[in-house]
Amino acid sequence: MTSLPAPSAKKLGLVIDLDTCVGCQACATSCKEWNTSGYSAPLSDHDPYGADPHGAWLNRIHAYDVGEGATSRTVHFPRSCLHCETPACVTVCPTGASYKRAEDGIVLVNPDTCIGCKLCSWACPYGAREYDYADGVMKKCTLCVDRIYNETLDPQDRVPACVKACPTGARHFGDLGDESSAVSQLVKAREGYDLMPEMGYKPVNKYLPPRPRRDAATTPSTPSTAAPVKTDGSATEKLFAWADKLLSR
Amino acid sequence: MHPAYSVILFTTASGAGYGLLFWLAILSVFDNLPADLTLGMAGLGLAFALISGGLLSSTAHLGRPERAWRAFSQWRTSWLSREGIAAVATFVPFGLFAFGWIMLGQNQGIFGFVALIAAAMSIITVWCTGMIYQSLPTIRAWHQPLVSPVYVALSLASGGVLALTLLRLFGHESEDFGWVVVTFLAASLLLKRVYWSFIDAAPRDRTSGTATGLGRFGRVRPLEAPHTQANFVMREMGYAIARKHAAKLRMIVQLIGFVVPFLALVLTLTAAGPLTLPLTILGLLAVMFGVALERWLFFAEAQHVVTLYYGAEAA
Repeated sequence: MTSLPAPSAKKLGLVIDLDTCVGCQACATSCKEWNTSGYSAPLSDHDPYGADPHGAWLNRIHAYDVGEGATSRTVHFPRSCLHCETPACVTVCPTGASYKRAEDGIVLVNPDTCIGCKLCSWACPYGAREYDYADGVMKKCTLCVDRIYNETLDPQDRVPACVKACPTGARHFGDLGDESSAVSQLVKAREGYDLMPEMGYKPVNKYLPPRPRRDAATTPSTPSTAAPVKTDGSATEKLFAWADKLLSR
Repeated sequence: MHPAYSVILFTTASGAGYGLLFWLAILSVFDNLPADLTLGMAGLGLAFALISGGLLSSTAHLGRPERAWRAFSQWRTSWLSREGIAAVATFVPFGLFAFGWIMLGQNQGIFGFVALIAAAMSIITVWCTGMIYQSLPTIRAWHQPLVSPVYVALSLASGGVLALTLLRLFGHESEDFGWVVVTFLAASLLLKRVYWSFIDAAPRDRTSGTATGLGRFGRVRPLEAPHTQANFVMREMGYAIARKHAAKLRMIVQLIGFVVPFLALVLTLTAAGPLTLPLTILGLLAVMFGVALERWLFFAEAQHVVTLYYGAEAA
């Protein structure tokens, strides 16, 4: 059913730290690896060894140059489904294949009823949905619904593949509907924000902005020269001075 | 937005088909159009062919056409679903109207009543088609109140020229109706021009800075793309034509789609002669070409907000 369910108390989602993301693509490849044999299987590729290789991926990592000159910075920017609270991708679906789960807010596509009309991808401002040309249906981030509730996995592995793969801890998974959760606390502390809030889709996923540059703290304002050390001319002092000279060679 | 040719064909053909059905119904009820068998066979048959051919071609862009029947289920929220239901529902009064006209030689009375229902359903269906686009907030050029009215106006204008051509072919000239069609051509040109002025004046205040939320740190420019080749999002949503081409194409749409048929029909209405039929057919070909080009331009001019992540500065 493409009518949206009543807002759930539980809002599972991701918090992405743009300060620590290094753009290594580990989350994207790990996502592809898990999902090409999981809920979204297959995630088809086209012409993979040819001149125009492309395929369905559920997570894309951009890199942007932000600001000008000496104060500019590189920001790596992972982009995937934000599991919005009021997603138009769900309500435009003519078949009911696209739906939002009432119990945890995850937005999914039923691959057995999707007709591949692509209207949901038009309705998404975030480019989160990718059509699988070989499978004829729409693919999207499932928040690894087949991992997070998977009791055959060890408890520490019951997180989305992208979160598990991130080497810098830039991706956090949790319940953003619970104010006391670690992710909610993180969003509060770091002033996490929504992408394009003016669109009115109310994304659940949050982005943590890059921290302020630390140039001011690390670059000394005046060149400092250490004051000469006063010596008392003792034998121990001379021994250390000789050792220092010897080791400095 | 990438113009899917099956969708252009669908909206152009079925738009003209619904317009033709509308006018045949209206003429039957309000203009005492005789229930002539050949006119009924040709007119209603052509409307049926255009509508169902268009509907079938629209399934060509589906990944899983065999599941298309599922699209009738989500009328509560989805304009695409509503369009599908309206399109199929229109066949009921349409079929009764055609039965009365072709089998019983009657297009008035009770069959006039079903004709009016078919006419109303035709407009509702085309309106739903327009709403599929108009309801998308992600595309500024489509999220405008004139999108559905333009769809309906073009359907009535192209269907009107088609109906007039058939009337003249089968010797049922109606001068009043000729002027009605000419008026609809002029009105739809005006409406389309207002639509263009709307989308040209719409503020493009979404930027790569607002899309990423990084604008507070300065100008946001793409440094490294997430993939080497275009992905689905870029192929489907990244299609755009240069503004200078858009201006030229708009001129061609106005000239061929509206001015040529307008002048051709006015000529036939003011000075009847042996050229009446050729001029009418010229007008028909011009308006159909113009509407198809307008539909292509409707897609090609539309910029999706997701392009902001891929290097567009504003949307």
